Amino acid sequence: MKQADDLIIDLVNANARVLDLGCGDGELLSRLSTTKSVTGYGVERDQSHIEACLARGVNVIEHDIDDGLDRFPTDSFDMVIMNETLQAIAAPRHLVREMLRVGEECVVTFPNFAYWSCRQQLFFGGHMPVSNHLPHQWYDTPNIHLCTIRDFDRMCREDNVNVISRFVFNRTGVQTLGTRIFRNIFGVTAFYRLGRI
Amino acid sequence: MASSCLESSAVPTNSVGVVTPQSIQFDKSIKLAGGGELASFKLMYETYGELNADRSNAVLICHALSGHHHAAGYHDLADRRTIGWWDNCIGPGKPIDTNLFYVIALNNLGGCHGSTGPTSNRPDDGEPFGSDFPQVTVSDWVKSQALLADALDIRRFAAVIGGSLGGMQALQWAIDYPGRVRNALLIACAPNLSAQNIAFNEIARQAILTDRNFHQGKYLDASSNPADGLGTARMLGHVTYLSAEGMNEKFGGDFENPNAEAAHDVVGEVTSYLQYNGQKFANMFDANTYLLMTHALDSFDPARVYDGNLVAALRQITARLLVVSFSTDWRFAPERSREIVDAAIAADCDVSYVDIESISGHDSFLLEIPRYHRILKAYMKEISDKLNS
Repeated sequence: MKQADDLIIDLVNANARVLDLGCGDGELLSRLSTTKSVTGYGVERDQSHIEACLARGVNVIEHDIDDGLDRFPTDSFDMVIMNETLQAIAAPRHLVREMLRVGEECVVTFPNFAYWSCRQQLFFGGHMPVSNHLPHQWYDTPNIHLCTIRDFDRMCREDNVNVISRFVFNRTGVQTLGTRIFRNIFGVTAFYRLGRI
Repeated sequence: MASSCLESSAVPTNSVGVVTPQSIQFDKSIKLAGGGELASFKLMYETYGELNADRSNAVLICHALSGHHHAAGYHDLADRRTIGWWDNCIGPGKPIDTNLFYVIALNNLGGCHGSTGPTSNRPDDGEPFGSDFPQVTVSDWVKSQALLADALDIRRFAAVIGGSLGGMQALQWAIDYPGRVRNALLIACAPNLSAQNIAFNEIARQAILTDRNFHQGKYLDASSNPADGLGTARMLGHVTYLSAEGMNEKFGGDFENPNAEAAHDVVGEVTSYLQYNGQKFANMFDANTYLLMTHALDSFDPARVYDGNLVAALRQITARLLVVSFSTDWRFAPERSREIVDAAIAADCDVSYVDIESISGHDSFLLEIPRYHRILKAYMKEISDKLNS
């Protein structure tokens, strides 16, 4: 999501060392390198994404995030990013803890399952929500750990994670009055900047 | 092997065509890490492609245990068996694209394909070195390759590339000459040898050393050749380069559901295949070189001079690294490549890593596996684009 990428580019310090979990085609890391002289690595398991990263000169490590971050030393990155991937992770709570071990701060974005359209489809339609943002049918979705903004806030409290900032976007990637006040109803995508307490 | 001798002498597409090996004589002595010294030495090499005006597009290919300077093209177009050992990867339009790069491949010091080695004659008495040839290490090879680069007036390689023992040379290059390597491609290699690796090498050496024709390494003086021992060493090595799945596929063995006739065929095929390869190798390779190469492998450990700290060794590196492993390689398993990657990340190196799915074991690095070659091509293309930007 472009808005999330723009926000990350804004908040990452120049010359920072970044780890991007599920880095896709490496576009964000490439932009971070050009605009902020950021160094670091993408982690990816998709073959075509890995080739795309190599083709644009982005460092990429073929690795399944579900196998954990044990290989990455403690405090080895300024920022660990995981964009739109949390919901597909086998052990998301453990992974967020691990991200904050490896990095001083992290950014996590995820689709908000409490978005009004999801609620509506469940409540009135009686079926699992399917939309542009969550395009999969229940039987073939990679999204095994969908959560809501309220759920995520609660996990952060329980795990003593410092929510440095939080942004909530609507369907078109914009922050509106609605997404600010009733974020768990009008928010489609949640963006968290997290740190240690 | 008559089928590989084609009548046509047309240049195959994407081939560098007919190549002529060159040699270069160094009349300056080289001190070797093991304490030995050579008063002078010769290196055989080949080049493919054109060096650009600012001499920045040179690529060095480092060979593995049994390799040599003939990496691409043909020595004789009428005999297709004279094809280079990595021709599927080096040529116009191939992953290591000779339209973009000036590629240099050499035969390492201690080799038996024309570079100074155990089969060469000593300058003082004109007799073959044989087992008196001084032991060389991966660092020594890299040092001699740097002298070759000096002679060719190449200050900095766009890339140093190697598989297996060749990958170890590429890694040593990046550590020992950080200013002279922009990229190092480390394929199917390891940061050092495991006890199991060393054990296999020792068995191979014992096969040679106990051959009655070995004559304490002076078999050339005795006009003899420990072909049985060298053949056995090769057979053992060869099996460690394959995988269990790959061998089952090659020999059609159905070990889950064996019946007497099929089992018999497998035995016969495995036996004749190994014997053919062992004998072929024994007739074209030198036993002392084989001993020397396996000792060089065993002693490879770039971390040693950094108190065993691989991360400290890799902190010397300024080159970008691409590390490639193959899923069924058990000689230098993916886990060993990951050790390099993990240390490179801890050392803040630019590093990328891919693990290629393949049933062909360690040998995969020589094969034309689509994903493997796509990765190399994408990576090399980006190197070239960056040079030209």
